[in-house]
Amino acid sequence: MSERITTKIKATCHVYGDHIDTDRIIPGKYTKTLDLSTLADHVLEDLDPNFANIVQKGDILVAGTNFGCGSSREQAPLALKKSGVAAVIAQDFARIFFRNAINIGLPVLEIGNHNIKKGSEIELDLREGLVIDHTANIEYKATKLPDIMLAILSDGGLVPYLKKHNNYSI
Amino acid sequence: MGQTISEKIISNHVGKKVYAGELVVTEVDGVMATDTTAPLAIKAFKEMGGQKVFDPNKFALIIDHAAPSPNERIANLHKLMRDFTREQNSQLFEIGEGICHQVMVEKEYVKPGYIFIGADSHTPTYGALNAFACGVGSTDLAAVMMTGKIWLKTPQTIKIQCNGILQKGVTAKDLILFLVGKITVSGATYQAIEFCGEAFEGLSLSSRMTIANMSSEMGAKTGIVHPNGLQLDYNYDAIIPDEDASYIKTFEFDISDLEPQISAPESPDNVHNISNYEGTKVDYAFIGTCCNGRLEDLDVAAKILKGKKIHQDTRLIIAPASQSVLLDGISNGSITTLIEAGASLITSGCGPCVGTHQGVPADGEVVISAANRNFRGRMGNPNSNIYLGAPSTVAASALEGKITNPKKYL
Repeated sequence: MSERITTKIKATCHVYGDHIDTDRIIPGKYTKTLDLSTLADHVLEDLDPNFANIVQKGDILVAGTNFGCGSSREQAPLALKKSGVAAVIAQDFARIFFRNAINIGLPVLEIGNHNIKKGSEIELDLREGLVIDHTANIEYKATKLPDIMLAILSDGGLVPYLKKHNNYSI
Repeated sequence: MGQTISEKIISNHVGKKVYAGELVVTEVDGVMATDTTAPLAIKAFKEMGGQKVFDPNKFALIIDHAAPSPNERIANLHKLMRDFTREQNSQLFEIGEGICHQVMVEKEYVKPGYIFIGADSHTPTYGALNAFACGVGSTDLAAVMMTGKIWLKTPQTIKIQCNGILQKGVTAKDLILFLVGKITVSGATYQAIEFCGEAFEGLSLSSRMTIANMSSEMGAKTGIVHPNGLQLDYNYDAIIPDEDASYIKTFEFDISDLEPQISAPESPDNVHNISNYEGTKVDYAFIGTCCNGRLEDLDVAAKILKGKKIHQDTRLIIAPASQSVLLDGISNGSITTLIEAGASLITSGCGPCVGTHQGVPADGEVVISAANRNFRGRMGNPNSNIYLGAPSTVAASALEGKITNPKKYL
């Protein structure tokens, strides 16, 4: 594994529920832009209008099942990343969101049943796939990413991965 | 060991037998993006060192999500797409030519047995054509544009067997809404669906597209309708599953008694018999989208509205799925009938479904829509409520100003 995936993230978390769809993450009317900072202004607007104001760089988003269902819009993980979110943890993810997040270098971790509370201090170890809830003193093991996804993530996303390798290698 | 349709199509592409769970890098037969996803894809393509797309004839861009451009920001993105396709000697489908999925099928960019990758979540629509089609985001698409390949995990398959034949006045949309209600919005995540059984065999290509289209609403990677009964304008080799293919789950339904279905706010799987919602006042009715904007959809609406006027407190917007659908609807009189009944016709394309322009609902308004999604804020206003139904239900509801079972008009 590359050195760059050792990223340990320790941060406070924001917790939301199940089936957070891409329209809630970033409404369609804001997606048509290449000015990515504007995405962050509207992130999660229809779910929690206050989120864009309170999110701090390095925070972690925690959700329930089927996070990111709906559209293929990559603007959804981009909006989260640009707002400062360092990683998303969910019980599971919709497949396009999951791929998109890895492709843009936003770490996503699947942990089955969790009981992480809002404001908890969370530590992630991406290399080991560990999520440690320091507030509740519980350690979770995340679903292992396929090697190709780990390779893409460790290169910082699919753009740097392809720039480096020029093609897929599995 | 037997194979599913998805396993067979992927095996044919990678030159060896593969089964669910195996990771492959496969060549693709076609690739497309829209004005929501193409600008970011072009940016990523250039950033990753892309110069020429892998095959200019297998790549197309479509301006459909915000067409014509509602503001200068989007106008500039459209220009970026026009410039890029010109530079690449590739096809651009202009404003009004239609919704990406409709255009890709009409123009034969996708055919049975293909692996097709689209930067739009409703790309599984091509499963109607016995193809393996997946939606991806912009950066994945950029990588396909550059390499002509994608990495995929060969999916497990859910088999959905539907026995019986739909009653008169009950459509493919009612059937797929019913199935989304049963399987749920995450019931097929990461998996393929095979739709098979008598209920699908008599369906037109358009109806099959409605079925496959809403595979996305169950989280599926792809959704393929068994090709039994599929009639196309050209000869093709049908890919059918082996009898001993292995499925992760099998669902079996008898749909002979199915009633028209409604998906209530604010999730596509919140599906009920129409009787639960009959009488709900509607402000705004919409027929169109990649799910239900085809000629048979306009025809059924025209049949219900012929010689009548829609309710005075309701407006009806029609967005044909493509220019070809529009022209056919003009030729057969359906478009005239709908306009005479009080409908407003807008440019072929995604229209108000994506909440960007052309019919954003007001606060507190109720929409009855033939689209595939009713998430909060989907049509551009989080303070409106969207009910999904068949085009027949939308037309009957526009006529009466309230959610109405269309069976009495058919």
